[in-house]
Amino acid sequence: MQNWHLLSLTTFLPLVGALFILTIRSDDPKVVARNARAVALLTSLATFAVSLLVLSTFNPTLPGFQLRETGSWLPSLGEGIGIQYALGVDGISIWFVLLSTFLTPICILSTVGAVEKRVKEYMIAFLVLETMMVGMFVALDLVLFYVFFEGVLIPMFLIIGVWGGPRRVYAAFKFFLFTLAGSVLMLVALLAIYFQAHTTSIPLLMNYHFPAHMQTWLWLAFFASFAVKIPMWPVHTWLPDAHVEAPTAGSVILAGVLLKMGAYGFLRFSLPMLPEASIYFTPMVYVLSVIAVIYTSLVALAQTDMKKLIAYSSIAHMGFVTAGIFSLTELGVEGAIFQMLSHGVVSAALFLCVGVLYDRMHTREIARYGGLVTRMPKYALVFMIFALASVGLPGTSGFVGEFLILVGLFKVNAWVSALTATGMILGAAYMLYMYRRVVFGKLVHEDLMGILDMNARELAVFAPLVVVVLWMGLHPSTFLDPMHASVTNLINHVQLARAVPHVAPAVAH
Amino acid sequence: MTLDLVPVLPELLVVAAAVAVLMWGVFVQRDTTRDGFVIAIVAMVAAIVALGAIGGDRRLAFDGLFVLDRFAVFTKIMILLAAIFTASMSVDFLEREKIGRFEYPALVLFATLGMMLMVSSNSFLSLYLGLELQSLSLYVLAAYHRDSTRAVEAGLKYFVLGALASGLLLYGISLVYGFAGTTAFGPLAQLLGSGGATAKIGVIIGLVFVMAGLAFKISAVPFHMWTPDVYEGAPTPVTAFFSSAPKVAAMALFMRVLEGPFVHLFVEWRQVVVALSIASMVVGSFAAISQSNIKRLMAYSAIGHVGFALVGLAAGGAIGVQAVLVYLSIYLVMVVGTFAVILSMRRKGAMVERLDDLAGLGKTSPMLAFVMGVLMFSMAGIPPMAGFWGKFYVFMAAVQRGLWPLAIIGVLTSVVAAFYYLRIVKIMYFDEPVDGLDRVLGRPVALVMAVATVGVLALTFIPGPLLAGAKTAAMALFPAAG
Repeated sequence: MQNWHLLSLTTFLPLVGALFILTIRSDDPKVVARNARAVALLTSLATFAVSLLVLSTFNPTLPGFQLRETGSWLPSLGEGIGIQYALGVDGISIWFVLLSTFLTPICILSTVGAVEKRVKEYMIAFLVLETMMVGMFVALDLVLFYVFFEGVLIPMFLIIGVWGGPRRVYAAFKFFLFTLAGSVLMLVALLAIYFQAHTTSIPLLMNYHFPAHMQTWLWLAFFASFAVKIPMWPVHTWLPDAHVEAPTAGSVILAGVLLKMGAYGFLRFSLPMLPEASIYFTPMVYVLSVIAVIYTSLVALAQTDMKKLIAYSSIAHMGFVTAGIFSLTELGVEGAIFQMLSHGVVSAALFLCVGVLYDRMHTREIARYGGLVTRMPKYALVFMIFALASVGLPGTSGFVGEFLILVGLFKVNAWVSALTATGMILGAAYMLYMYRRVVFGKLVHEDLMGILDMNARELAVFAPLVVVVLWMGLHPSTFLDPMHASVTNLINHVQLARAVPHVAPAVAH
Repeated sequence: MTLDLVPVLPELLVVAAAVAVLMWGVFVQRDTTRDGFVIAIVAMVAAIVALGAIGGDRRLAFDGLFVLDRFAVFTKIMILLAAIFTASMSVDFLEREKIGRFEYPALVLFATLGMMLMVSSNSFLSLYLGLELQSLSLYVLAAYHRDSTRAVEAGLKYFVLGALASGLLLYGISLVYGFAGTTAFGPLAQLLGSGGATAKIGVIIGLVFVMAGLAFKISAVPFHMWTPDVYEGAPTPVTAFFSSAPKVAAMALFMRVLEGPFVHLFVEWRQVVVALSIASMVVGSFAAISQSNIKRLMAYSAIGHVGFALVGLAAGGAIGVQAVLVYLSIYLVMVVGTFAVILSMRRKGAMVERLDDLAGLGKTSPMLAFVMGVLMFSMAGIPPMAGFWGKFYVFMAAVQRGLWPLAIIGVLTSVVAAFYYLRIVKIMYFDEPVDGLDRVLGRPVALVMAVATVGVLALTFIPGPLLAGAKTAAMALFPAAG
């Protein structure tokens, strides 16, 4: 199936759907909304089906990139080969592609009843966003990657700004400018790489050895971009604002996929291309990760807004991920990838849980709820599953990732492992504390008396998420096995740099 | 020696058209503005065809004062296209504002002619002639709406400051001539290359004056003071013209002078270009933040864009020139499209130009807002929009030449600039609508808007042909490296 262009199809199918929606016209806005939503849902489901086809053709025993597509795109400006349109997946990126295509239909389904104004534009924005996300994960050319990486900002900016809450303008600008400021430094690094290595092909660059002093600068430039995207402490401040103001589906994609772009960048660029700098900066990443885990967990404990609480918990969970990646062990990296997938599903589900309440009561204040279990038993169950998965209860997806990360970290640095582990305890504290206040207790607020439990559509939204969370928790090898070959390859590559440190060039610099 | 007029055929067409417009206007006893535009546009299209037919092999005319090479062909096509688009946008505007007079198309033609001579100049004499022909026509155009005090003020300001800049330029040229003994570009380059060391310091001082004069024409900081006032005061189609064709012409001239006669003083002029570039990028991005008039905002945006283009020039060499040409071409498409949108901002029959007037445009006129949104993201240089490629290539050129600080300052100011472009998107999409704009869209304006949007989107996905074209054009300036 090499010449089926499966990856191009996965990437651009949503864009085709978006163009199709553009042509929908009717005098009745309700008809437009219904048709736009139907087209968007079908398109995203078809995209998901294609991405499953990608998974089925994927050979998990091979470490390299598969299903590759290349075509010349831009002529070169100096010497060297030009910039190519190159796509491919390996055991790492394929999961992020699936995560994106899996979450998009769920998001679209969740907008029924929640988004009533400018539905057509909303659907177009989501489908464009999906194209950008998938394209970013399958891009095998640095410039192509950058185009998609940055392109994500445009639809997300509009989603927050047009359909967001009361402080949406502030949040949208903060989101956009923070991430852009980080990314432009990556652009400079990218140009530097081009003139050093005369190529922007990711597979070629992975085997290119950059001089040691150059690695340091390149690593820092990449770090500026990825750290903002993840987000790592102390550049995380855009995230709570963006989450609180974004519409539910926007938060889902933001937490589910966009936060993973930074960590994916570490795995795809920093580690394989700049291994020596990665080893050199490991202590710094550890410190920032530990601060992120402990500090943001404590901050989460003090939140009164549910979405803000989950936003801070996301930062803490991403702290686990960065620590796991820079453990530079197989277990740690696999755990980090697993944790990202798990967090992608769980935090998405948690935001959807908040969305269910918000659609009914139009508030996210924890204090405005309580005793929901008597009126909404189904909701209480679903919410509990995801709250416990977020805490990392064995049997759910959250446990596997965090456990692997801690084991991987313990092998290299017991202290970091121990400090990171406190995040699990604090996580249990803030999550269960919130759950108790919202779901248990007495039903005191009058207006909650008439609240309705989840309807069939909402159950349909959550059902696949529950299945995936339990599947990941009970049978993690479905997900771990295919990534194994790629991760082993990556770690061997990095460890080789540690074992045989290349002699820095003798010339002064 | 026979007079070979083939290389100047496009210019002759434009001249003939300008004279024809004037004659027609004088002898026909009715309002001939529309006829004049038709003649002008047909002539400029014919000039493009002529350029294509003549081709790009290097040819001289008028005793070597005039040169036609691929660089000139490329930039002339850009200038003519910009003039055609902005001229066609003017027709409706002039009729609605009832200020249509037959001199307008004639002035556009003379200005265009001046620009074409500028990019083809091969000596300081022809350079100065072309530049003055262009400038004088533009002074009149700025003050064209003579019943409006703002327009007259703009024209006067532009004239006084422009005359000063021309003085600086002339003084610089006289110094260069005094120390080098020639005004022709070719011999000058040879002289400076062969190490006429004793004369060098005088030539350098002359060079700095020449650069100051030219920096005024491209509105690079600190010679930018006139830009916001002139942009705001001049009639909108004139502003559209100002921000497109003359920018390209002056930038092209800048490149031809610096990479031609002064190529061996690269180290010296690069410092000036770097300073101009940094100052323009910083001022252009920060000063635009507080603007509330969209034409003033576009003025600062133009200053910022000139700063980015100068990054490519500071890199120098064929790669730098290519990057600047790519940048200018993309900028041209974006700016023409943006002014088409501004021209269609009318409420209850009157022009509005405050940013707040765009509020809620996403609801009231979705197509207009979409076009403007695409253009603003592109201007901000957010990938995958076309504007990104412009920035990408100038920074690439800078990085290749090791100009790290310039590249880093450039990308950081582009973040600041992104703020005010996003603000326009915010006003259009996030704010609640005030009264909708009038829904009448002149057909030429709508056409220009469509062409610009399609152009931006096409350059977004397939910038390849433009890059290749710019490369051959850039190589023409460096025949030795060929």
